[in-house]
Amino acid sequence: MSLNYILFCIAAVLAVAGGIVTITSKSPVRSAMALVVQFFMFAAIYLTLNAQFVAIVQVLVYAGAIMVLVVFVIMLLNLGDEEKHKEKSYLKMIVAFLLGGILLVTLISFLISRSPQITILPGTSINQGTVEAIGKELYSGYLLPFEAIGLLLLVAIVGAVILAKRKID
Amino acid sequence: MFQEVPLDYYLVLSAILFIIGTIGVLTRRNIIILFMSIEMMLNSVNLTLVAFSAFLGNQAGQIFVFFVMAVAAAEAAVGLAIVLAIFRKHQTVYIDKLNILKW
Repeated sequence: MSLNYILFCIAAVLAVAGGIVTITSKSPVRSAMALVVQFFMFAAIYLTLNAQFVAIVQVLVYAGAIMVLVVFVIMLLNLGDEEKHKEKSYLKMIVAFLLGGILLVTLISFLISRSPQITILPGTSINQGTVEAIGKELYSGYLLPFEAIGLLLLVAIVGAVILAKRKID
Repeated sequence: MFQEVPLDYYLVLSAILFIIGTIGVLTRRNIIILFMSIEMMLNSVNLTLVAFSAFLGNQAGQIFVFFVMAVAAAEAAVGLAIVLAIFRKHQTVYIDKLNILKW
């Protein structure tokens, strides 16, 4: 019952709660706020795994950039609450229940299995997951994908600007 | 190093969040909520990658997560620009009204 365990349990419960609020809320802004909470809980879970770099990048990129973009778009489109759907779709309910059933089967099989739970991290040091360790690997072994990602982001910026313009002049 | 939380807990949490995201994608009509559910699914996969990377001592998982986050940011930007363009033409964000390509 260490601090790690307690933090993981709190963050996991809040992440699942945030997820449920995101997909079931009628108001888009409330869904967006629940998703921001979820992203912060993900960052806390990454910290329990000693993945410091990924946790910080998660807060910066997801909660700080993507969600700001989403909230801006909700504001621009002036979306109100979702109106009631006239005809009830049974296919959607069947699909949702089917997926929920698959998840339930997975969870029950996990609870029953009683396999030895992996708790010892084999051969890892405290330095893994830090910015220094990630940077060393990123800039030596993964240099080509890193540069390609820069190119991808440039293409995405240009594409987003062109797509959102009013008219091409 | 002794990690108090077993690996299975992270994987089960990732499965739960992935299923929640999938139900959101398949059930909601609003495009923005669809986007948010897709981001939730991507995040759950990130969680699996980071969990395995921490438990195996291999940094490749966390570097892959870095790239997944960059791709997700690019996809969110372009996707929301498309949503803006669609809204300007059709004045709706509900996917059942966007059915021009249906036969």
